[in-house]
Amino acid sequence: MLTFKGGVHPAYNKLTRKSRIEVAKLPKKVILPLQQHTGAACEPLVKAGDFVRVGQKIAESKAFVSAPIHASISGKVMGIAKAPHPVLGEYNSVVIESDGKIEWHDSVKKRENADKLTAKEIIDIVKEAGIVGLGGAAFPTHVKLSPPPEKKIDTLILNGAECEPYLTCDNRLMMEKPDEIIKGLKLIAKALNASNIFIGIEDNKQDAAAYLDAKLKKENENIKVITLRTKYPEGAEKMLIHAVTKRKVPSRGLPMDVGCVVSNVQTAKAVYDAVYEGKPLIERVVTITGDVNEPKNMLVKIGTQFKELIGQCGGYKGEPKKIINGGPMMGIAQVSGDVPVIKGTSGILVLADIERNEEERCIRCGRCVDVCPMLLMPTAIAQYSDKENYEMADSYFALDCFECGCCAYACPSKIPLVEKIKKAKIKIMENKK
Amino acid sequence: MSLIKSASPHITDKELTERIECFTILALIPAVVASLYFFGLKAFFIIIVGVIIAALTDILIDKLKKKKFKIPFGAMVTGLLLALTLPPTIPLFVPVVGSFVAISIVKHVFGTRSHIFNPALAGRAFLVAAWPVLMSKWITPDGVTGATPLGALKIAGEKIASYSQLFFGNIGGTIGETSALALLIGAAFLFFMKVIDWKIPLAYVGTVFILTFAFGKDPLFHILAGGLMLGAFFMATDYVTTPITKKGRLIFGVGCGLLTVVIRLFSGLPEGVMYSILLMNAFTPLIERYTRPKPFGYLKFKKVEK
Repeated sequence: MLTFKGGVHPAYNKLTRKSRIEVAKLPKKVILPLQQHTGAACEPLVKAGDFVRVGQKIAESKAFVSAPIHASISGKVMGIAKAPHPVLGEYNSVVIESDGKIEWHDSVKKRENADKLTAKEIIDIVKEAGIVGLGGAAFPTHVKLSPPPEKKIDTLILNGAECEPYLTCDNRLMMEKPDEIIKGLKLIAKALNASNIFIGIEDNKQDAAAYLDAKLKKENENIKVITLRTKYPEGAEKMLIHAVTKRKVPSRGLPMDVGCVVSNVQTAKAVYDAVYEGKPLIERVVTITGDVNEPKNMLVKIGTQFKELIGQCGGYKGEPKKIINGGPMMGIAQVSGDVPVIKGTSGILVLADIERNEEERCIRCGRCVDVCPMLLMPTAIAQYSDKENYEMADSYFALDCFECGCCAYACPSKIPLVEKIKKAKIKIMENKK
Repeated sequence: MSLIKSASPHITDKELTERIECFTILALIPAVVASLYFFGLKAFFIIIVGVIIAALTDILIDKLKKKKFKIPFGAMVTGLLLALTLPPTIPLFVPVVGSFVAISIVKHVFGTRSHIFNPALAGRAFLVAAWPVLMSKWITPDGVTGATPLGALKIAGEKIASYSQLFFGNIGGTIGETSALALLIGAAFLFFMKVIDWKIPLAYVGTVFILTFAFGKDPLFHILAGGLMLGAFFMATDYVTTPITKKGRLIFGVGCGLLTVVIRLFSGLPEGVMYSILLMNAFTPLIERYTRPKPFGYLKFKKVEK
């Protein structure tokens, strides 16, 4: 079975594998940070007191690498002020109070000619819809779809690996909205003019893989479902591309350097929504899981606060020790449940039972070296980071680390390797400026 | 509600250093049982003394360093390994000194987990230098004084043990090295629990096998006799003193094998496992430096730049 070198096998804990996607209650208010993506922050287009409708563009940026933001509910703009942010801690956000109804903006209209759009038109729609990579990195999708002319893209891979433990939102979406996902995928392929199209799925999601495969065969589509070995981080871009195509994305390079684009399942669905339904990115599926009474997959309006969703999942089970935006391997621990779901929020994970072992000296067992999918020496980088010798940390290729967390997961001395390597990376980048 | 704000990952594997050390002790139980079976009470006292003195020395030094008390499983592994490399005839003051030297000088002087040499083997090397005669007085399990199979091969050029004797351990030698079977059972357990990796032991034993065959000797005899099994699976796999890189581990194993064969075939000594591993320990930092792995996609990166 296809896979990559290294990696770890954490317990799946896919508690919500069989839970149908439930539509979350209409939130009373939403917090929409002006920065939810990689790239330039947006400038607000509305002011306090304005009435906005669902799907109305409320913020944008002139920069190419950015993505506009749309109102996810209808109601009154309460203000534009600093508010909790799940990645940045705090950020300027547009806060909207719901009018209790769902009033759509005029711009949201079904498209009849969706099948006949040109590549350029598809990319423009994607850009206007504010679509970003929904796997977590939140890189603006229209930028990915506009590679420089010298980079010929021949391969498109839909990422349905969902290798993070606990998360099941992509899995459920593949089971419940396969037609939309396939249509979205074909739109992306058309925009890129890519002829090899794959869907990569880990073999612990045989149900989704078999379902999509049967569907594609029946419809005679030129799209191949590839079953991958269940191993973390199988869904990391570089690992996925290598497993599916045997191509190696160059160190510090991008998938387009080897003619590939990887797109998340939910991104494909968002592209479908934007192109066929005329709906900008205002909602996404989020797995709310861990120590909550009823773990669920929910279709959530962007900007809904974590605590509201946790409430709809029966509340906390025991006293929460961590609330995480994302999964347990790469997610970010929050200081409160007040933070909103943003475009890149794939999961809300509550952990009540956390073992904390004291950090010990490295025993040089080499487990971190064995599991690193980038083939680095995490313990060496971490030791130089501790000594503040960032030049040496750089010579051990610290910048190639994408912080998957395998090293720290496997470490028997419980050394927070990712934290130390992150610190080194920041310092190395500063020194290079 | 007070939330912990720490960096990812938020889950970790259940593996702990103590667990690894305990597994190593468990893996040595078959060898301990074999030593008791073949050498009886003599072996029992050597092991008890070796382990207890190592543990006490470790506790004492940690106390002097004002460290929090922990059960010294690591030191117990060292004491046990050292005891297993001693002849059954050894007076009990020798393991006392050996364990003390191994823990105090070889291990602690360099700072926690920064030592260069395998403590058990370096402790043994000290004993060989201090009491060379006591350290080479061998008896068979029946109590008959005589050379070890490797010793007999060196001096008289004759094989005094059959393969099955070597395999089960009914021969002269140190109390823990004679039974290849017992050591292999322990090694299998360590592989299964993922405590050790195949690279060093396989490269080590494989190199000895191939080289002795190439020099027209009996390869099976050479891998079963002497301390090779104990050394390859339990000493050359010590984490602190061996390379952490994948390629480095292979080179380390091959180096150990090469040196062992050179010593056994071309020097005055019948056995070379201890010195081979210690020498390779000294090369570990160098090996590691030159086997630093290139990151995923590195070669292509170079080409793209040009």
